[in-house]
Amino acid sequence: MEVSSEYAVQMHGIVKRFGAFTALDHIDLDVRKQTVHAILGENGAGKTTLMNILYGLYQADEGKTYLYGEEVNIANPTGAIKRGIGMVHQHFMLVENFTVTENIILGDEVCGAAGVLDMGRAREEVTKLVQEYGFEVDPDARIQDISVGMQQRVEILKALYRGAEILILDEPTAVLTPQEVDKLIEIMDGLVTKGKTIIIITHKLKEIMRSAHECSIVRRGKYMGTVDVSQSSENDLAARMVGRNVNLKVEKTPAHPKDVCLSIKDLTVCDERGIEQVRKLNLDVRSGEIVGIAGIDGNGQSELVDAIMSLAKAQAGTIEVKGVEVQNTSPRKVIDSGVATIPSDRHRWGLVLPMIVSENAVLEHHGDEVYGKGIMLDYDKLRAYTEELVSQFDIRPAGCEEERISGLSGGNQQKVIIARSVTHAPDVLIAFQPTRGLDVGAIEFVHKTLIAERDRGVAILLISYELDEVMDVSDKIAVIYHGQIVGEFEQGTVGEDELGLLMAGGGSQ
Amino acid sequence: MNVLIKFLKRPVASSLLAILLGFAVAAAILATTGFNPFETFGTLFYGALGKPKYITNVIIKATPILLTGVSVAFAFQTGLFNIGAEGQYVLGTICATIVGVTCNFPAPIQIPLVVLSGALGGALLGAFVGFLKARFGIHEVITSIMTNWIMLYLCNFVVSTEAFHKPNSNTALTVNPSSYTMVLPQWKMSDEGIEYLLKVPWLRDILLKTDLNFGFVVAIFVAVLAGILLTRTKLGYELRAVGFNPEAARFTGIGVKRSVVACMLISGGICGLAGALNITGISPHTITTLAAQEGYGFNGLSVAFIAGCSTVGCIPASLLFSGLTYGGMTVQQMMGVPSEIINIMIGVIVFFTALPAMAPKIATWLERRKKARQSIDTDANAGEA
Amino acid sequence: MVTNTGGINDQGFCQLSWEGLKRLRDDKGYVVSYIESKQDADYFTNLDKAIDYGANFVWAIGFAMAEAAYLTARINPDVDVDFGIIDASTNGDQKLTGVLFANEEPSFIVGYIAGRTTKTNKVGFVGGIESDNIYAFEYGYLSGVAYAAHELGKKIDVNSQYAESFTDSAKGRSIAQKMISDGADIVYHAAGSVGIGVIEAAKEAGKFAIGVDMDQSFLAPENVLTSAIKRVDQAIYELTPKLIAKEITGGKDVVLRLRDGDFLGIPEDHHLMPKGVYEDALKISEKIKSGEIVVPASKDGYEKFEKSLA
Repeated sequence: MEVSSEYAVQMHGIVKRFGAFTALDHIDLDVRKQTVHAILGENGAGKTTLMNILYGLYQADEGKTYLYGEEVNIANPTGAIKRGIGMVHQHFMLVENFTVTENIILGDEVCGAAGVLDMGRAREEVTKLVQEYGFEVDPDARIQDISVGMQQRVEILKALYRGAEILILDEPTAVLTPQEVDKLIEIMDGLVTKGKTIIIITHKLKEIMRSAHECSIVRRGKYMGTVDVSQSSENDLAARMVGRNVNLKVEKTPAHPKDVCLSIKDLTVCDERGIEQVRKLNLDVRSGEIVGIAGIDGNGQSELVDAIMSLAKAQAGTIEVKGVEVQNTSPRKVIDSGVATIPSDRHRWGLVLPMIVSENAVLEHHGDEVYGKGIMLDYDKLRAYTEELVSQFDIRPAGCEEERISGLSGGNQQKVIIARSVTHAPDVLIAFQPTRGLDVGAIEFVHKTLIAERDRGVAILLISYELDEVMDVSDKIAVIYHGQIVGEFEQGTVGEDELGLLMAGGGSQ
Repeated sequence: MNVLIKFLKRPVASSLLAILLGFAVAAAILATTGFNPFETFGTLFYGALGKPKYITNVIIKATPILLTGVSVAFAFQTGLFNIGAEGQYVLGTICATIVGVTCNFPAPIQIPLVVLSGALGGALLGAFVGFLKARFGIHEVITSIMTNWIMLYLCNFVVSTEAFHKPNSNTALTVNPSSYTMVLPQWKMSDEGIEYLLKVPWLRDILLKTDLNFGFVVAIFVAVLAGILLTRTKLGYELRAVGFNPEAARFTGIGVKRSVVACMLISGGICGLAGALNITGISPHTITTLAAQEGYGFNGLSVAFIAGCSTVGCIPASLLFSGLTYGGMTVQQMMGVPSEIINIMIGVIVFFTALPAMAPKIATWLERRKKARQSIDTDANAGEA
Repeated sequence: MVTNTGGINDQGFCQLSWEGLKRLRDDKGYVVSYIESKQDADYFTNLDKAIDYGANFVWAIGFAMAEAAYLTARINPDVDVDFGIIDASTNGDQKLTGVLFANEEPSFIVGYIAGRTTKTNKVGFVGGIESDNIYAFEYGYLSGVAYAAHELGKKIDVNSQYAESFTDSAKGRSIAQKMISDGADIVYHAAGSVGIGVIEAAKEAGKFAIGVDMDQSFLAPENVLTSAIKRVDQAIYELTPKLIAKEITGGKDVVLRLRDGDFLGIPEDHHLMPKGVYEDALKISEKIKSGEIVVPASKDGYEKFEKSLA
């Protein structure tokens, strides 16, 4: 591609190696001015590495970078900021107990005479920015008090405040609710009309279709071409990204439910502040079926899972697993009674990141005699068991048993959790947001595994904030609103609109 | 250059390089304060390793800080910051002294009794701190600092009680000699013993002139055991899981509160053991009125961090640390370097040693520089062509 | 010399000792050096290190080092080195000399000054940890007060208390505050750093304190009435050459008294004392030197002394 000032960013022939591993192998990227340009690729494909090079966090081993047709050498983030590049990372870098204004000016403080911080003027400038772009952020609110979507806007403001013309957003929708995603897309459109150029790194096809003009695809460090989004389709993008045709629809046979395996009766749970989050909830899950709970985040889903796991106190009601009450016992007892969980936040609840893969693979079951006699833990047995999981579940990279699990991509980490849950043959599987943050290939795998487990006779409770997922995977769909089940349907007997209405509290019984 | 880069990427290189760099910076400081760095380092090494008895003393003085270091490293690997090592050590000395003074059994019973009582004291104190954290969520650093002071005053109280005070001194009564863990404690101090040893100078040096004792053997054993406990047992697995991610540990059925108490119990017990071994192993075999914290626990922190919080790594780290402090005394005596400068020197060396990630960074920097130079070369060549 | 854990900058004992050695170096060309002990466990190994350096004479500073000094002397019979210990008795070892100060004598003088100066007829004494050594301070002081009271023909109460510490200055402060609120207007201390608190309390209350070991008036120039001085530096300066030359042989204690020279006394500054008191105090000093007054150093001795006055 020719170098031209028509393009805000051009990166040609970029190569980046980490030791023997080539992360980027001659990548080209051409981003037109005033467009939203998506970079699509699976986890670990090299999207973020490429953007880190543009932002000056890494240096490319080969290749050239041009901004508006001029060759540049960006040595560090300071250089990138000077040239009008801003980056919003997936994990926000905000000071929790500072206000919005304080966070925005941090590192670029407005100072009056003698270096005294001029908060009045800083606040004014921030307010002006907020109004100019229609951000709806309170400059005086503390970060800890505002929603994740708001925090993201603060990060974007931070970049704009430093004069960013080119904005890089790394996985911007990974942490957002559907409503917040809508708002973000609105904001991105606004920024482009005001002359900014936006690069988003993502693996979510739907959002690319909705927001981006062009999309460059990266697969395992190689450039797979750029497509005009309006001329493309989700299936087309997915195939290019994964390198094979992906079935976005979940294939499954009808369920053959048997006895009730998990039975929740009149369950009431309070959160830490003592407010009832689950209110007299009733729900049955039979072995051999998947019951999906649809609902917007914050309607009692976390508390429900916590109560099942005995992490939170059930104020009233019972939870029975195979006819035995387990509420208010201990997580250990619940696990021993045959319940396995895929937690919603794998980093927080599911894994011990600084530990190695094989150690994580036996979490929950490390006490079993098979993994070592008496007080000892037999690492040879651990490795043998993990090797089996790695090959059976195609966890990558192969031979990662002794690596720290933090080095694995999100999809592979999730595979470890799922593998350890299902290989210990549970009777009940709680899958809470099992595909959160995963790419298309990994999602397909998770769904297939859930269905396979169902066919093996496991009672599966799927809780997800993604309505599509609930509708596609579940045999039975229950809608949760305000801590209560407000509707139960067989799969295929209900539409998205009706469910959406129930989830929002409309038409409650 | 490539060999250098490859070498720098090895973990052992970072430690060696860090120590070298520490000495280099210390040399600069010595030179600016008017002392010949080479002479100083020479004296330092001589003072630590110059005679068999110096080496023996380095080992003796490494014993308590090896144990407190292991204690801190152990706790740190399970996510707890045991700054209370000092207090647990002091309680270990107190308990060992009380038991060693009151009981007088034959050595095979007396020694384990005294040593274990010290370890038990430290363990209970540690467990108390752990309990406060597990039950009430009070941060262990705060309670530890407080218990450090409580133990200091408890020590002074015990010294001043009628039952244990040694008249006309600022110490308590010494423990009964059957508690001693030195090599041949009775014989070497008997008249025949002294007479015999005076004829064998090297043996006199290490037996008479030092309190050569079995503590270091015990300490190495404990360091290795703690390592095995952490990395090869189910309990250690649970403790580490809790340390790295208590929420995940709880979610997967591990008793987090129990783990915290267990960890502090073990960590405190190791410190108490350090205290007890100092009472049984070295003179004055008793506790003294303390004006300030003696620093065994805090030096343990340094040792643990030099060792990168590896319990086995504490073995060389404690020897390095005690070699520096003990050799430093000779530097003071022979060269008249004030203790402040010596402490700065030791501090600088320790500081750099505790930076484990440095060598790989330098390797990356060298690589980058090499690449930059290559690209300049190719550009230049292109220009000529 | 090997210091105790106070170190070379302790504003007291060890610092003075090192001053003495430095003067020997400057005036007479001796080669001197010191080692600071960081922990009690260092005493023995440091004394041993001092020998390795080739010293002819090694000082152990402070009674806490007594045991370590006994041991070092015992296991080095063949090495040409002798030892001295300040403030502790020898165990009789031929290589070890103990240096003791007759602390009761300057304590008597400051007690006499206190007796002459008090307006409330109540004075106080704060001791460190109870021991024979500190009893000498206490009863010397009590005797001095009694002597002054007898001279003035009145009764003066002395309130004595021990802090059970040499380091806890907060405790010294609270004890002194209590004494002052009970009516005492002069408090003497023999309690190391605890005394810092005593002097602070006197300063806050606008009363007098009496310093110990060295002229402590720098701590509170308008409140430190006088100090019972013990010149460790002078002792080391004068004794070291004699000990090396074997003019003084080991195995015995050297007790330094007022009459032995410039080792004990009170500072010249006396602007806080009533007129004539300083001059009278010097006369008392002469009487002690001549043996006319024999100052008791223990409780029994004090009781006898009190009776002899009556």
